[in-house]
Amino acid sequence: MTDLLTPVLSANWADERAWKITNYERTGGYQGLRKALGRTPADVMGTVKDAGLRGRGGAGFPTGMKWSFVPQDNPNPKYLVVNADESEPGTCKDMPLMMASPHTLVEGVIIASYAIGCEAAFIYVRGEVVHVVRRLQQAVREAYSAGYIGKNVLGSGYSLDVVVHAGAGAYICGEETALLDSLEGRRGQPRLRPPFPAVAGLYACPTVVNNVESIASVPSIIANGAEWFASMGTEKSKGMTLYSLSGHVQRPGQFEAPLGITLRQLIELSGGVREGHELKFWTPGGSSTPILTAEHLDIPLDYEGAAAAGTMLGTKALQVFDETTSVVRTTLRWVEFYKHESCGKCTPCREGSWWLVQLLQRFEAGTAVEGDIEKMLDLCDNIGGKSFCALADGAVACVTSAVKHFRSEFEAGYTTPAWELFPYERSALFAAPKGAHA
Amino acid sequence: MSVEAKAAEVATSDLISVFIDGTEVQVPKGTLAIRAAEMIGVDIPRFCDHPLLDPVGACRQCMVEVPDMGNGRGMPKPQASCTLEVAPNMQIKTQVSSPVADKAQTGMLELLLINHPLDCPICDKGGECPLQNQALSHGPAESRYLGVKRTFPKPVAISAQVLLDRERCVLCARCTRFSEQISGDPFIALVERGALQQVGFYEDKPYDSYFSGNVIQICPVGALTSADYRFQARPFDLVSTPVTCEICASGCQLRTDHRHYQVKRRLAGNAPEVNEEWNCDRGRFAFHSGRLADRLTSPLVRDGGVLRPASWPEAIDAAVAGLRRAGSSVGVLTGGRLTLENAYGYAKFARVVLGTNNVDFRSRPHSLEEGQFLAHAVAGRTVGEGVTYADLENASQVICVAFEPEEESPIVFLRLRKAVRKKKLKVVTVAPFASNGAEKLGAHLVPTVPGTEAEVVGKLDADADTVILVGERAASSLGTFTALLELAGRSGARLAWVPRRAGDRGAVEAGCLPNLLPGGRPVTDASARVDVQAAWAVPTLPTTPGLDAGAMLHAAGTGSLAALVVAGVEPTDFADAEAARASLEGAGFVLSLETRLSEVAERADVVLPVDLIEEQSGTFVNWEHREGRVNRVNRQARSAMTDLRVLAMLADALGSDLGVRRASGAKAELTELGVWEGERAAAPAEAAASGVGTGLVLGSWRLLIDGSAGNDGSEALLATAKRPVARLSEATASGLGLADGDQVTVAAGNGVWELPLVVTPSMVDGVCWVPGNVAGVGLGELAVTPGESVQVNGGAA
Amino acid sequence: MSGSNESVRADASASHGGVRGHEFQSWFPESGSVDMADTSTNITEETIAEMRQLAERYPQARSALLPMLHLVQSVDGRVSPAGIQACAEVLGITAAQVSGVATFYTMYKRRPGGKHHVGVCTTALCAVMGGDILMDVVEQKLGIGEGETTPDGLFSLERVECNAACDFAPVMMVNWEFMDNMTPESANRLIEDLAAGRVVHSTRGAELVGWKETERVLAGFPDGRADEGPAAGHASLLGLDIAADRGWSAPPARAVQASETTQEEAQ
Repeated sequence: MTDLLTPVLSANWADERAWKITNYERTGGYQGLRKALGRTPADVMGTVKDAGLRGRGGAGFPTGMKWSFVPQDNPNPKYLVVNADESEPGTCKDMPLMMASPHTLVEGVIIASYAIGCEAAFIYVRGEVVHVVRRLQQAVREAYSAGYIGKNVLGSGYSLDVVVHAGAGAYICGEETALLDSLEGRRGQPRLRPPFPAVAGLYACPTVVNNVESIASVPSIIANGAEWFASMGTEKSKGMTLYSLSGHVQRPGQFEAPLGITLRQLIELSGGVREGHELKFWTPGGSSTPILTAEHLDIPLDYEGAAAAGTMLGTKALQVFDETTSVVRTTLRWVEFYKHESCGKCTPCREGSWWLVQLLQRFEAGTAVEGDIEKMLDLCDNIGGKSFCALADGAVACVTSAVKHFRSEFEAGYTTPAWELFPYERSALFAAPKGAHA
Repeated sequence: MSVEAKAAEVATSDLISVFIDGTEVQVPKGTLAIRAAEMIGVDIPRFCDHPLLDPVGACRQCMVEVPDMGNGRGMPKPQASCTLEVAPNMQIKTQVSSPVADKAQTGMLELLLINHPLDCPICDKGGECPLQNQALSHGPAESRYLGVKRTFPKPVAISAQVLLDRERCVLCARCTRFSEQISGDPFIALVERGALQQVGFYEDKPYDSYFSGNVIQICPVGALTSADYRFQARPFDLVSTPVTCEICASGCQLRTDHRHYQVKRRLAGNAPEVNEEWNCDRGRFAFHSGRLADRLTSPLVRDGGVLRPASWPEAIDAAVAGLRRAGSSVGVLTGGRLTLENAYGYAKFARVVLGTNNVDFRSRPHSLEEGQFLAHAVAGRTVGEGVTYADLENASQVICVAFEPEEESPIVFLRLRKAVRKKKLKVVTVAPFASNGAEKLGAHLVPTVPGTEAEVVGKLDADADTVILVGERAASSLGTFTALLELAGRSGARLAWVPRRAGDRGAVEAGCLPNLLPGGRPVTDASARVDVQAAWAVPTLPTTPGLDAGAMLHAAGTGSLAALVVAGVEPTDFADAEAARASLEGAGFVLSLETRLSEVAERADVVLPVDLIEEQSGTFVNWEHREGRVNRVNRQARSAMTDLRVLAMLADALGSDLGVRRASGAKAELTELGVWEGERAAAPAEAAASGVGTGLVLGSWRLLIDGSAGNDGSEALLATAKRPVARLSEATASGLGLADGDQVTVAAGNGVWELPLVVTPSMVDGVCWVPGNVAGVGLGELAVTPGESVQVNGGAA
Repeated sequence: MSGSNESVRADASASHGGVRGHEFQSWFPESGSVDMADTSTNITEETIAEMRQLAERYPQARSALLPMLHLVQSVDGRVSPAGIQACAEVLGITAAQVSGVATFYTMYKRRPGGKHHVGVCTTALCAVMGGDILMDVVEQKLGIGEGETTPDGLFSLERVECNAACDFAPVMMVNWEFMDNMTPESANRLIEDLAAGRVVHSTRGAELVGWKETERVLAGFPDGRADEGPAAGHASLLGLDIAADRGWSAPPARAVQASETTQEEAQ
């Protein structure tokens, strides 16, 4: 039985200047790379497959299998693109990882590139986090100087270039095909699939797009072996992962644990729900994953456990809201987010989010009318599953799950503003100064 | 169209079975579900889908259910049928049989309408609007939307002729995809994001594309409207007539809509083999010139030095008197804008009534070599014997010589671009610089000083999968046609002549050349003459080649020809415009058959008005030798008669008989005559030009939208014309002490043009390029042709 | 299609619905393009040379467009018409295509940003935890609203979407540097200090120098400040601290490795 918390990716975050290459090397950094270069790419890929690593960006697709889709007989160059566009509301694991230990990611990038046979890799990081960008830029420069990147990596004959690329503000670029369009200098709108990126991705060449945490997990898998990784977690959800606890808890923060920990355990570790309050609802993996309530505190937070509860593990972004919080207000804010971030390409997302916001505003203002709940749910049905990509599904999921668990709060919106039922100041960590609105 | 065309190409064994609402249909692999449904008459509503654009799946209107992908498993979510490729034994349930698909479609229309303004009654698209139609056929009866509609300032002129109403837009991206994928002019793009996403352009760079009108036509709502057509008519009040475009030799099938005896607009027709569903802006918008104040409605006769209106009998008498005096000492200049039937009328009139081979359609620089080339390699062919659009699409290489497809035959350009994009066609251009059109084709430039084409062609490589396209401008570079025939002969490449005007190819066929009788029959071949004599029931025909156009003008000016009969011709188009005018003025007798009071008409002794193209029927023959029907669109009370009818009247009055009076009769006679099956005229054997002019040499071609008389009155169109500029290479410019943006003067024999200089990196050294016509003033005014010397200086003239 | 009477009703409900600053906006008089009226620019040959340098970093030049637009902002303090033209010329694409990209991403500004660009996160979780209050505080302190710049050019203000720091909620950003666990008091002090020109450090990052300087880093030209600030904030280290306290760790690698080695040797 493994320990409740198993820091691997985060193990060195408290180290003095952990982001420097020498400090990373001192704690075993780049040993995974040396080991990988001594083996065949297929062998490296096999280890990642055997480890059972699944994508940490939300979808949970097996990483090694994704790599194996790259046709090695394709004459075009192959590319690795790291999705560091972390933007899903609630999600805050990749940024601390890249800020504290960018070399964990860089080492993973080199090993993954070696495994799939690519000679150019890109780290697409959202632009709104300049210090993370700085640390990545420096880490890549250090890795070039140390001979880990560039021509003839560590004398292996393998060559690789890595570019750190800053985005410019668009949630949709976390969708892998939109990210590729963005990386090609276009509007970040999702592409038709097929062809899938593994066959025709960046510049229409075979491309693997992986989340930061997925790639950062690779060095430890190579260094310690597939069995070691698989010894953590549950049957189909293997390994350790970063859980991000935020909201109305005593101490929010990052917890690296084997897949399958429960929210009850995590809240206990954090010291409980906010003093004097109790849990009302929470998201398992960001705002796109249907919300859950106190009755779900003990579901195992792995891919299967979340699915069994009618939601998704997503990015393991656990946003906790206590009983002071208006579900209507929170849902509206999420849907406003989706409206703001809808790329505009397809009708249901573009127009549906526009409409949903206006409906939800009426619920918040207490001016909704009888039948608006049914109308809103029917609208959600007309949007969900019809859109070009999954963005609109996320927008719909937070609405339908909120109505499912808290219908009476929406019914109250026929008569009473949400701010009267749930004075907003009570949810905040501080009082509004005189003259400021809550 | 594409499915059927595709299906025909595919062997039955390559067809797969799919089931649409339970009905089996066989389609080629890779067919989109929406196309498969069309084949059995199931119309799935759609907006972004367009068979000639890459699938995008943006509007999500065409949702269907797929209970079985053909492998026993269903798809969990409804699918957009416009991006779904069918698989063997796939089950597809459309709105006809699936409540899920039906609800998805109804819901999508409701979403599309929440922000759509309720201005159908004042919208040009109302009555022919896919959104309106599909909202009625597939949409919800009433909206549940109580919110506020998105509003923008409107309309926005994205060019002088295309107006954008962003509130009406459903963001299907047909227009932006067209501009990028089809014409290669991405001056419009989707801008902003989410609910604010809109079609946008960059203010300093309007959407001046030669093909911009297509986006108006394919817009499935009233978001893009035509400045020219705006508020002119309701679709249901228009009468539509299919026609063939009279502008260039591409041969576009169009639809002309008129109301109250006036053409209101022209649209691209659907002609998969020719223009697919596109046309150029000139073909779409340049239909105003015939309604200007200078339209001729009654005959004119010169009286005391002045033209005055006259009755038809008086004018015919005057014409007969003039022609009688001249006897067979007459030249006939027909121009390149006549229908096949009218051209035939002139060709026959010259031979039968006037007794001369002095007939020529070439109102532009021409050569003896060109006439020989046309007789040898062009005339007397039917479509399929020569190169076709499909051949362009399937070639591995296309070489353009003295030919700028985008400027001189825009639909050829579109087809080449399609092949470049879809089939990796390689395009080579023999030209002084890589034009914008050439760049959009990714063409390989063989830098060529005008006049040296023959030499350059002699060094080109080609193979049996190569198509060579040569334009009319090769006539001013001696030896080029000879060299091209030699290249085609040695490589097996196929060669096609792409003239610039709609009537050119038909004029060759009709016999409007001094060396050719109808059907490609050499005038010097006795058995060819016998054919024609028999058909025309005349005992003899002139046996020696006549004068070409230039020689006729010269001879008329010097008095060695007594009279000229001239159809639609502009002096400014000839190699020496002033000389042409002088000849017309000096000629003993000039009879002009014209639609407008042209420079020729002004100098004529008798002017007989003739019909506009929209007032008559007939045929245009395009560069492929393909015949396109010209249908009478409308007939105004003041309409005149066709050229053919006027010629027949003249023949009667001269005591002769043209034998045909109507287009149908002329066409029947020409068909009966058939093409020449005897020995072809010999190939030209012209040596390559011995050298080009000294000093700077001129390069030039005409731009699609320029000062051509046919563009008169089309103000919005003309506002999108390219700015006329002079071009020099970097080295040549700096050698002359000139810089980009300088005003320069370009001078030759007869005159001076002042133009801004654009230093053009791809330009070959020692060449100055200018457009062939600036605001109605042709190169003929400078009395210089490409390959001859010009002087370029800085500063104003 | 909805009737016009319904729209009127919707207007009314929208006007008294929603939180201040969150009124539903439906009229967009100035969308579609950058500000074409302001043609000023500081772009020089050197800027163009740097654009070309960016283009060379990628297998296909157009990939450099986002970095190039960041560079334009670092020079012109906004996406200027001259910047759009320069990008189009360097990349050989049309200005409309550049404009389509420049107007898609929220970090590109149409009007001059302030020396310091202040963001307040008001996505659901931060809003609930106090982000709405912070937004109000900052608006009052600066005397400007969302999307505006103070007349002295010192500050611009933006309502930002989730910035991936939820365990530090409520969060503000200054020049895209983290300002974690903000309160009305710390927000007021932050603005006073910046206004007074005092040295202010990000709670998890570098000294707050200026928004244009940040844009240059995002364009791909490092400023040498990567070593400033901590490796991690307290919340990032929470699980690690607890594990250390309780003696928890990942399974030892060696045991597993040993068995792997044995297997390999056996083969």
